[in-house]
Amino acid sequence: MFRVKSFSFEYAMPQDKDSAMPTLSINNRPFDLDVDPAMPLLWAIRDHAGLTGTKYGCGAALCGACTVHLDGEPVRACQIQVRDAIGRKVTTIEGVEGKVAAAVQGAWQSLDVVQCGYCQSGQIMTAIGLLSQNPKPTDADINNAMDAIVCRCATYVRIRAAIHEAAKNLG
Amino acid sequence: MQNEQLPVGSTSPWWMAALALIALAAWAAAGAVLWHERAESQPANPFLKIATVLQHPRCLNCHPRGDNPLQGSYNHPHLMKIARGADDKGAVAARCYACHRDENNDVSGVPGAPHWQLAPVSMSWQGLTPGELCAVLKNPQKNGNRSLTDLVKHMDEDKLVQWGWAPGKDIDGKAREPVPIPHAEFVSLLKEWVSLGGACP
Repeated sequence: MFRVKSFSFEYAMPQDKDSAMPTLSINNRPFDLDVDPAMPLLWAIRDHAGLTGTKYGCGAALCGACTVHLDGEPVRACQIQVRDAIGRKVTTIEGVEGKVAAAVQGAWQSLDVVQCGYCQSGQIMTAIGLLSQNPKPTDADINNAMDAIVCRCATYVRIRAAIHEAAKNLG
Repeated sequence: MQNEQLPVGSTSPWWMAALALIALAAWAAAGAVLWHERAESQPANPFLKIATVLQHPRCLNCHPRGDNPLQGSYNHPHLMKIARGADDKGAVAARCYACHRDENNDVSGVPGAPHWQLAPVSMSWQGLTPGELCAVLKNPQKNGNRSLTDLVKHMDEDKLVQWGWAPGKDIDGKAREPVPIPHAEFVSLLKEWVSLGGACP
């Protein structure tokens, strides 16, 4: 009942492709992308904007590795389509900045959170999204926000500690 | 020789028990027939059919008893322990719209419809009998201050409600089972129920 099959993502360009070239704001830079508006935002970011810090994990919103910010809110780039992001502000791990981002990055380094690192882009983007709206999260708040971001190295204890550390450093 | 000592015409106790059982069975059967005929002579409350839609997994998964949405055809908890959040639209940094768009994603199997969210706690339907569900549904203090007419309009026109009739494909590429009654028939049943004053079964 809880089985999740291995998932291969295939994206087929529709025949009636919209001729308009979408322009996206990614990390405060405009990108004119020759892509179909229905393309998952993940592929536009990685393959067309060349920003490969955002990772492909499952393609089915199950792992969170592809998490980016859309108008400051964490979203799954494998599910959001290019047309959803037109006229909005996309932020990836390469472009995230500000005091919350700095606090999270500092805590991640001081507690040496990362093991293999594949999921960490999604972990950090989600942690920044959480602390931007809730500067003093409880363990329950952290669990509710971070449960959906899978870490196969099981660094969850360090991730939670680092979020508390970042919150403390934010004052 | 015990039998020779019994008086003429006496009846053995097991014969008496058997006669009593036959009489009891005949009485019960007659009662069941009468009850059945009486039930058939009265029109069924339309809410009994309405309830089969409202308690189908396509509806019930977002009307859970607790603070976590459900998934699948067996109402299992949403993977990744997704939480209700303060506004029924997910927890901070784990919002429903982070994954659920305004339409189904038949490539990944992630369902979607406009304003994808949980129903409020007051509209938790899981585990209710049809009668209890009926009482909750028409209670303005629990249903968002909706009248019976408002309820019909909501269940007729709301895009998220309509998703139950077009639930897309799952992660295996198989079509999800829609709710059991066609939408037009469902709305007709709702109107019939309202015409009866929202009577509960």
